Amino acid sequence: MSLLAVDRLDVRHGLLHAVREVSFAVDEGEIVALVGANGAGKSTLLRAIAGAHLPSGGGIAFDGADITSMRAYNRVAQGIALVPEGRRLFGGMSVEENLKAAMRVGRRGYWTLDKVMELFPMLSARRDALAGNLSGGERQAAAIGRALMTNPRLLLLDEVSLGLAPVVIEQLYRSMRNVLQGGATLILVEQELTRALSVATRVMCMLEGRIVLDGPAEAMSRDQIVDAYFGLHRAARGRA
Amino acid sequence: MSLVNLFAQGVLLGGYYALLACGLSLMFGVMRIINLAHGDLAILAAFLVFSISDAFGLSPFLSLVAVLPIMAAVGWALQRGILERSLRSGMLVPLLATFGLSIALQNLLFEAYGADTRSLGDMIGDLVFDSYEVTSQFSVSYLAALIFALAAAVLGGLSLFLKYTSLGRAIRATAEDPDTAELVGINARAVYAVAAAIAVATVALAGTMLAMRATFDPYSGPMQLIFAFEAVVIGGIGSLWGTLIGGIVLGLAQSIGAAFDPKWFLLAGHLTFLVVLALRLFRDWARARGGLRSSLGLRG
Repeated sequence: MSLLAVDRLDVRHGLLHAVREVSFAVDEGEIVALVGANGAGKSTLLRAIAGAHLPSGGGIAFDGADITSMRAYNRVAQGIALVPEGRRLFGGMSVEENLKAAMRVGRRGYWTLDKVMELFPMLSARRDALAGNLSGGERQAAAIGRALMTNPRLLLLDEVSLGLAPVVIEQLYRSMRNVLQGGATLILVEQELTRALSVATRVMCMLEGRIVLDGPAEAMSRDQIVDAYFGLHRAARGRA
Repeated sequence: MSLVNLFAQGVLLGGYYALLACGLSLMFGVMRIINLAHGDLAILAAFLVFSISDAFGLSPFLSLVAVLPIMAAVGWALQRGILERSLRSGMLVPLLATFGLSIALQNLLFEAYGADTRSLGDMIGDLVFDSYEVTSQFSVSYLAALIFALAAAVLGGLSLFLKYTSLGRAIRATAEDPDTAELVGINARAVYAVAAAIAVATVALAGTMLAMRATFDPYSGPMQLIFAFEAVVIGGIGSLWGTLIGGIVLGLAQSIGAAFDPKWFLLAGHLTFLVVLALRLFRDWARARGGLRSSLGLRG
């Protein structure tokens, strides 16, 4: 049985039909890179899985149980954690308080305050700093750390490298390999194709709200992904 | 010496205002709701304490112990039943909802208790007038000192609670960003209800203290709301320690005003509030124009 099963999911933002009849399943241990152009519906899809957006149609099942109408905080308790786009830290609270805020859900496991600090040494130095005063890389590390504190079985990462310096992105991705030690399944949205392919076992590409390409990372050529990214495959088939 | 006395009375009075304003500050800080029924909830609590003490011949302090959980439940129900629904429709609707609640409470209390002015002062024995006489011109009322101590304990306790407990952290996280709080596993709606329960329980404390040191009737609420609002604004919105300072400034202004002429008691408080508000607006205006000097044209 798959960990996550999304069935003909429709999500709307007012008039905008952001996610259109998307279906896919993710098995435990997979690392899925969700790629696509801006506005393809990647973030909306992640937010719908996390419960931040309620879908207008279709269903989501997690570990065999239907969670389509479950509220976000309850999904965290089930083991779904989202690192939202833009980090969204609690700026008036310290780094440590931000991490501890995620402990309320009470999912004990591999990740503890110490383990997260060990994973991101740059955070342990700024433990007592207000989250609002952190640099971009520190913010992203804190946001990932905060999600890990809930010991998720499914970790959704939205735009990890957005707005960060290449050196910092490198650092974060090196830590990311250790994130997998906690045993989480990963879906990551990433603009940077090379980065995404460096960790992913599977690639899904979205275009205009639909998944247009889905397969194991090693079986996929870069050109194939780029074609799907811009919708060129349709032109090639003469359907554009 | 009478100057010292004047200051001491002002500060002690400020303690009451701080206790009164604490719940308003908390609800605004966490839920961004200005609860216009704040004063009326204080009066409701005063009447509940009065009724229990009257019926069972209990000390108002004992009755208060019973009323606190009742008022906490009222706060919880208020959030769940009225405010949570109204919050979905933007800023204005909760304001209107609490305004309506304020009028409803006043009239319900009038129906139930009539227009008589009451006080709990005659139920607490000597405490109502006993005081510690420092000199012939300087004395400290036990009750006023008790109210001040209570205010300091409530504000201090709340601050510690928000800073060091898991629930306190959840309240602060939710206050900052309820959507993200849900994403890290915090039930934001439940947190709001808990914050409302705490806020209304502190209002019950304040209402009972008012009823011991002064008189009240079903229509006393709006005046208390104004005092609370002034203390919150003077002290800086959303800051608990600021609320204590704001209460003290308001109490001092009123006491000093009254020393010149008793008619000035209320006026001095309102004027202080307006001056602080004007200074705040001026500061923001100046900041938006790159500092005081440049905004006044003092810098090339």
